[in-house]
Amino acid sequence: MNEILEIIEQDPKKDPSEIALLTGYSEKEVQTRIKELEDSGIIRKYKAVIDWDRVGEEYVYAIIELKITLGDRSGYDTIAHRIASFNEVRSIRLISGDHDLSLTVRGQSMKDVAFFVAEKIATLDQVQSTVTHFVLKTYKEDGVPLFKQEKSKRLAISP
Amino acid sequence: MTDVKKFLSDKIKTVPPSGIRKYFDMLIGMDDVISLGVGEPDFVTPWHIREACIYSLEKGFTSYTSNSGLIELREAISDSFHNDHGVDYDPEDQVLVTTGVSEAADLALRAVVNPGDEVILHEPCYVSYKPSIILSGGTPVPVSTTRDNEFRVSGEQIEAAVTDRTKAIILSYPNNPTGAVMQKQDLEEIADVIVEHDLLVISDEVYDKLTYNGKHTCFSSLNGMEDRTILLNGLSKSHAMTGLRVGYAMGPPGLISAMLLIHQYTMLCAPITAQIGAIEALRNGEAGMQAMVREYNRRRRFFVTGLNRLGLDCFEPRGAFYAFPSVESTKMTSMEFAEELLRQQKVAVVPGEVFGQCGDGFLRCSYASGLDELKTALERIEEFLS
Repeated sequence: MNEILEIIEQDPKKDPSEIALLTGYSEKEVQTRIKELEDSGIIRKYKAVIDWDRVGEEYVYAIIELKITLGDRSGYDTIAHRIASFNEVRSIRLISGDHDLSLTVRGQSMKDVAFFVAEKIATLDQVQSTVTHFVLKTYKEDGVPLFKQEKSKRLAISP
Repeated sequence: MTDVKKFLSDKIKTVPPSGIRKYFDMLIGMDDVISLGVGEPDFVTPWHIREACIYSLEKGFTSYTSNSGLIELREAISDSFHNDHGVDYDPEDQVLVTTGVSEAADLALRAVVNPGDEVILHEPCYVSYKPSIILSGGTPVPVSTTRDNEFRVSGEQIEAAVTDRTKAIILSYPNNPTGAVMQKQDLEEIADVIVEHDLLVISDEVYDKLTYNGKHTCFSSLNGMEDRTILLNGLSKSHAMTGLRVGYAMGPPGLISAMLLIHQYTMLCAPITAQIGAIEALRNGEAGMQAMVREYNRRRRFFVTGLNRLGLDCFEPRGAFYAFPSVESTKMTSMEFAEELLRQQKVAVVPGEVFGQCGDGFLRCSYASGLDELKTALERIEEFLS
């Protein structure tokens, strides 16, 4: 099972027939297992990692750290779920250290992101303070390096 | 003009030239070649290991080390064998760090072989054993392994090759070029012959970590074999560190000290940068290594199935990263097949005869290449066969 997941995590487009060859399962078994993994929510979604900079799309990303004051009856989950519901929020995590929640936000411009933080996040009752770090350049995304990698220098034949 | 050949020693004239040479020359200047001819991982050395090497240079660790190798590295090696195989080697006097396993094999042979001594080796095998035996003054006695026996060597075969001049045998499993492995009981059969005829084993187990569907048995872990085994291993294959050149030998102190004697007067020590990388690899490289092994295993299944589908009969290789298909169905010799395949379809494989006469009729195909390359290679081979 983990073997199939490891392959799909690397390449969600891989054909079940090829996954079968790689793992030694039959094609039918692979299809059944993938279906199970999808149905149970273990596989959440199939996604592409896109280098938007090269398309010329000028998205602005920011990492925003929040200090949270917990209310009487609500915990971190409640406020995190609320914040997660905004489309602008790409990821949200509970973290250790000086801050409590860390968000990644994407907008069309700096103004866009600043407005979102000021109007939608900072105004929440539980949010005590915010720190916004604008992203200047992304070098690696989700395990994928976005910079040019050296080609192999192996000899064509070696003993 | 002086004929410089007259200066050459008689011994060097008896070492056969590499069978790979001519083939290698054909490759020069060809573009778009997919090579399945490479005897090394396609992975780059994991970054944490490279970083340890870089830090060591920044800190100015550029000196010689102890001839035996850094004690921290010898301890890490010793610990790994204790944990993996339950065999114990004292890092003080039973572990010698060498510049790759090739050096270790050379040292072992030079330390034990007298002129005229015979050394048994099973073929097909790694290309350097035979020349190393000759250079050490010994006589190589090849024993052929076969497809029918999945390229395992049997105790019987070894026994049949033993004479009163036999000093040692070289074992190399998991095997380059066949991908064959030996089960524990296969090795025990050989151990019996070793005891019976009072022989020494030089066991090159550099591919031990690349064993699929089963666990590798370390030869010296067999009953009574610790004193009769020089165990050779290294980090080239397991941690994708070929060019860093770190191997090691382990064995009884009396043999290791003799090997150390040669090593200290010739090589002095393995490069310190690589040794520091090796410590990092052994202490913190397990997860990265396992990930590479899982990846090789997938390619292995994919590629071997593909070869068999094309009618190139291939037994299931359970070790290393080689498939060793037969070209019998094509009526070509392996050299013809390899040369024509390279010329027509630009896929490089190594003809089996390079690894011993009995390798003729087979090809060594390395699956240590990206999956896309393996796919394209199979397509091109299919085109070639049609």
